[in-house]
Amino acid sequence: MDPECSRLLPALCAVLVDPRQPVADDTCLEKLLDWFKTVTEGESSLVLLQGHPCLVELLSHVLKVQDLSPGVLSFSLRLAGTFAAQENCFQYLQGDSSLFVASAASQLLVHVLALSMRGGAEGHPCLRGDDWPACAQKITDHVEESLCCTATPKVTQALNVLTTTFGRCQSPWTEALWVRLSPRVACLLERDPIPAAHSLVDLLLCVARSPVFSSSDGGLWETLAQALSCLGPTHVGPLALGILKLEHCPQALRTQAFQVLLQPLACVLKATVQAPGPPGLLDRTADDATTVDTLLASKSSCAGLLCRTLAHLEELQPLPQRPPWPQASLLGAAVTVLQLCDGSAAPASSVGSHLCGTLAGCVRVQRAALDFLGTLSEGTGPQELVTQALAVLLECLESPGSSPTVLKKAFQATLQWLLSSPKTPGCSDLGPLIPQFLRELFPVLQKRLCHPCWEVRDSALEFLTQLSRHWGGQADFRCALLASEVPELARQLLQDPESYVRASAVTATGQLSSRGLHAPTSPEYAEARQSLFLELLHILSVDSEGFPRRAVMQVFTEWLRDGHADAAQDTEQFVATVLQAASRDLDWEVRAQGLELALVFLGQTLGPPRTHCPYAVALPEVAPARPLTEALRAFCHVGLFDFAFCALFDCDRPVAQKSCDLLLFLRDKIASYSSLREAGGGPNTASVEAALPRCRTGEHAQPPGDQEPEAVLAMLRSLDLEGLRSTLAESSDHVEKSPQSLLQDMLATGGFLQGDEADCY
Amino acid sequence: LKMYCLSGHPTLPCNVLKFKSTTIMLDCGLDMTSTLNFLPLPLVQSPRLSSLPGWSLKDGNAFLDKTELIDLSTVDVILISNYHCMMALPYITEHTGFTGTVYATEPTVQIGRLLMEELVNFIERVPKAQSASLWKNKDIQRLLPSPLKDAVEVSTWRRCYTMQEVNSALSKIQLVGYSQKIELFGAVQVTPLSSGYALGSSNWIIQSHYEKVSYVSGSSLLTTHPQPMDQASLKNSDVLVLTGLTQIPTANPDGMVGEFCSNLALTVRNGGNVLVPCYPSGVIYDLLECLYQYIDSAGLSSVPLYFISPVANSSLEFSQIFAEWLCHNKQSKVYLPEPPFPHAELIQTNKLKHYPSIHGDFSNDFRQPCVVFTGHPSLRFGDVVHFMELWGKSSLNTVIFTEPDFSYLEALAPYQPLAMKCIYCPIDTRLNFIQVSKLLKEVQPLHVVCPEQYTQPPPAQSHRMDLMIDCQPPAMSYRRAEVLALPFKRRYEKIEIMPELADSLVPMEIKPGISLATVSAVLHTKDNKHLLQPPPRPAQPTSGKKRKRVSDDVPDCKVLKPLLSGSIPVEQFVQTLEKHGFSDIKVEDTAKGHIVLLQEAETLIQIEEDSTHIICDNDEMLRVRLRDLVLKFLQKF
Repeated sequence: MDPECSRLLPALCAVLVDPRQPVADDTCLEKLLDWFKTVTEGESSLVLLQGHPCLVELLSHVLKVQDLSPGVLSFSLRLAGTFAAQENCFQYLQGDSSLFVASAASQLLVHVLALSMRGGAEGHPCLRGDDWPACAQKITDHVEESLCCTATPKVTQALNVLTTTFGRCQSPWTEALWVRLSPRVACLLERDPIPAAHSLVDLLLCVARSPVFSSSDGGLWETLAQALSCLGPTHVGPLALGILKLEHCPQALRTQAFQVLLQPLACVLKATVQAPGPPGLLDRTADDATTVDTLLASKSSCAGLLCRTLAHLEELQPLPQRPPWPQASLLGAAVTVLQLCDGSAAPASSVGSHLCGTLAGCVRVQRAALDFLGTLSEGTGPQELVTQALAVLLECLESPGSSPTVLKKAFQATLQWLLSSPKTPGCSDLGPLIPQFLRELFPVLQKRLCHPCWEVRDSALEFLTQLSRHWGGQADFRCALLASEVPELARQLLQDPESYVRASAVTATGQLSSRGLHAPTSPEYAEARQSLFLELLHILSVDSEGFPRRAVMQVFTEWLRDGHADAAQDTEQFVATVLQAASRDLDWEVRAQGLELALVFLGQTLGPPRTHCPYAVALPEVAPARPLTEALRAFCHVGLFDFAFCALFDCDRPVAQKSCDLLLFLRDKIASYSSLREAGGGPNTASVEAALPRCRTGEHAQPPGDQEPEAVLAMLRSLDLEGLRSTLAESSDHVEKSPQSLLQDMLATGGFLQGDEADCY
Repeated sequence: LKMYCLSGHPTLPCNVLKFKSTTIMLDCGLDMTSTLNFLPLPLVQSPRLSSLPGWSLKDGNAFLDKTELIDLSTVDVILISNYHCMMALPYITEHTGFTGTVYATEPTVQIGRLLMEELVNFIERVPKAQSASLWKNKDIQRLLPSPLKDAVEVSTWRRCYTMQEVNSALSKIQLVGYSQKIELFGAVQVTPLSSGYALGSSNWIIQSHYEKVSYVSGSSLLTTHPQPMDQASLKNSDVLVLTGLTQIPTANPDGMVGEFCSNLALTVRNGGNVLVPCYPSGVIYDLLECLYQYIDSAGLSSVPLYFISPVANSSLEFSQIFAEWLCHNKQSKVYLPEPPFPHAELIQTNKLKHYPSIHGDFSNDFRQPCVVFTGHPSLRFGDVVHFMELWGKSSLNTVIFTEPDFSYLEALAPYQPLAMKCIYCPIDTRLNFIQVSKLLKEVQPLHVVCPEQYTQPPPAQSHRMDLMIDCQPPAMSYRRAEVLALPFKRRYEKIEIMPELADSLVPMEIKPGISLATVSAVLHTKDNKHLLQPPPRPAQPTSGKKRKRVSDDVPDCKVLKPLLSGSIPVEQFVQTLEKHGFSDIKVEDTAKGHIVLLQEAETLIQIEEDSTHIICDNDEMLRVRLRDLVLKFLQKF
């Protein structure tokens, strides 16, 4: 703690415990607490308390004052907790009986418990707790009592205390605690209904995750198995998922958990599959009446259960410890759920027809199922099911009833499926299906690009961009795309009234153009390409919204990086034109992107920036494309320096930072050409120096090209770029955020700041 | 309470309700699907159509489901719920001896007139040189190819009515406003309520003092242009007759509008034309509003929209003047003042042009690519026939079906083979089954009556159990030509009592809160109103024999036996019997009460809830004694 704060602290503590003093609002206390947390991270709490007796006084005093404001009381307790969590210095408060009464906050209780155990029974815990410190004994008794209570809030509280305990403390005594309390917890599972099921699941998972139990289970696995069979479908899902995520756990329990997790989907499949379905999912799961009941109870409970199940499975899918994955059944289930949602599923039982009615048009389930179907693209499945999956996706994209959010998900899932297939057709499940699928997809995409709802047009464009980014070189794709009106429609959407759509259209057409995927209908191929550059440039110069302009800058940067014909033909002219437009832009992101483009240009001219990663293989320095003087002249010519120097004093910090980085990079590059220093010989920096103040005031510098490279170089050397960089690294409000400022404010509110002798005049 | 079901078409209903001596016809929709059996009537002689083998252009087309179920001249009133449900009106008012009154709202009448006018115009402007009707003979019909030979009740098909008949029919209509109460012969009261489906569309409440029947026809809960649906007034109905639900329960109107716009834009951008077969009022207003917002965003503002109908101008103008019948949003525009519908602006800016027909101005202004809205949706008559012939050959063009009344495949049949694209985007804003189930939950009628189609899933989607009415008790269904006894009995009637008669009554409280009095009076009934008047005073008894005989005719007011009430507590009754010297008493419980056995006297007293019998063997004295003991326990008045 800095001395100035130490000086202010006693006065502040006095204000806090004085009920007559108005204490500043709770936000101040909150900020103060945050500051103490930072302080205790840096130095020992014990040292802090010993160095500032006023803090100890504060903590002990608040317990005695009668009409203290609850805000200050809670602040003091949390402060005590903060100290306790850090160091073995909680002795000041340990014996106080009022602490127990006030410690409804389970966090503090846990800290006290852990702390007292650390002093006492640590190492050799006794199961009955005979040798436990009195405080720990008291807490444990209280928790045990609460667990037996019939009032659910009490049970919840006790469970939360335990969850925090097992989550925080991993000492051997926690095992003793669990052995003592687990029968009580198991008893909860026998009650009907099970109280505080949500907290119970949290506790069980927390215990299971604790490394203390990894070797000996202490009846834990039995309790988990019991919980899996007792808990209702709503709570059992999170428990099953948690169990499956455990790294060490008996195989039988994992199998049980997975079956429980799959239960709802198994019910759906069973209710709709006419013939015996694919093996795996249905064989292993028995009929579960409560799951069926939940599915049939109401629309919301059915949708809720299915959504949660699908989300859990989605979460499980990428994990290395996931159980053997019944890909085919899951694919079948996802397709079936989607068919139920669009009303095309054929029910095989009365449960099936009920589900049909419940799920028809249910957007929530449709979205969850599409997400899950997308995840399933990672695995392989039988050809027939893959065909079905693609068909259901196409149906979803096609259907006039699909809502914009469903369409977005359907586009995402379709993309995942398409991208999961290897680039060479014929090698995957998907390969042979793709040409046909694409032929059907593009008319749908065409229609979606004309949708009256802008969200739909936007998702369709994003989909198109992604697809052409990955598949732009693929013959089937090119063929299907060019046979459609999609490229032309994308181009027309550059004039969309919605700015998001224009931005997406910019990205899409930019991508298509990079891939040479222009509308073949245009008579003059080159002319069309050229006019796209002009059209994008027009958007950059006149569009009233920021998003399309940012998108244009990104496209141009990408074009420059990838050597797009428009950029490569006359790179200097291209860069000059773009930078000129970007430098005038009011949107800082556009200006920042302009600097990015400039950086790419620098890299291309002088060689790539040196990698900052110390482990990367150092590549031999690539010889620059042309002599440095010439390169510098080019930079001057395109107005790069003008732009960068102005940006250095940009009112938006990220722009200034980026410009600083760019100039530093340039300086480093130049430094490697020692010869240049000699070549300088009395440069004339006057013109640049004259320009700088004007940059600062936001005026525009000279037109590009009239600066001497030497003058610029000298300028570059004379600027304290490192200093500027560190100043920029500090946040703009670092003065206002300082702890001194906070303490002073609080004291000022309390009217307690007396040290201003200077005001005596 | 009976309902005669004259139409089996759930969205074009025609039911007759007999309720308290009134005969009320609910709607008279005209099922025009039979026109699909005819060839299109081209405006210009079509060599292709007229040279089809074995066929010549034949009879006019008009059709009415009419049965001998009920004599339509006995119908007292006809209640119309919306302009689509009145298209058969001239057939009923002009050809059945109908002498009653028709009730409808003003927009319904005005727009209904437009629809009829358009229909008559479409048919009459292509007069047929000859007409044939022999084919209606069952023996000949049997020889015709399918589907004609399978068409049902061809003999009931009628020629289209004339404008004169239309005018005469419409003159019988009395205009009503929402929530207006209309007395019918003092017996029942009918009230139209906003149904939210179309301009001036209504549901009806038919009620007496103690019974309420709600008639729900085409209704919508979506926010389109009409005033929102009034649901609250439908509460507490004994019977709710539910018709006119959406014909496409799986299609969501918003999605379909999106589909419509997308396909329209795709076609026009490619240089193709779009043909929209439609009615001259209704969904077209919403489509134009949608396009008003969409065409600019899609960069299509230079593409002309044409609306061609003999009543196009009137329809567009009428829509703007019925402000009080519009949704709140549109109503408030009128005060700005702005036209409620944006099609006014489309017309002003020359983006939308309307013409009575393709002849005249239209041929001069016509530019392609364009969008044409025109009738008739059946594709059998009207200007649409011309455009089908004109554009059908090019795959650049698209026909977009938005009206759900006709199967688009059947409508297209005579134009095959067809190169133009066909898109089916039926837009039906009427209630779907989810909305119905919410409505019924809220309104809670005792009984629901509906067409049988609504009580089972659609035949093509038999697994969709959600596409049917699900309510408790299950809905009563009807089909065409059925007579339905509605499932409730009238139990009460309101009767007024003259003040002087009421004065003379002396009520006696028999239970807390319940008082009774006997009344002797004369019931006077006139115009379905009932009144109790004091009875005529009995003539003073005179000595004359003749006189006496006259007074004998007056019902024996004086010798009225008192009415009894109360119940007999068996234990106390037995005690009383014992007190009066009866012994050897045995009590048996029966299903309905008790039997008290006086074994010695060989007598049996049977006490039940509403009767007491004393059975003794010819001992009148004993019986009277016992009777008096029983009467002690009962109240008399």
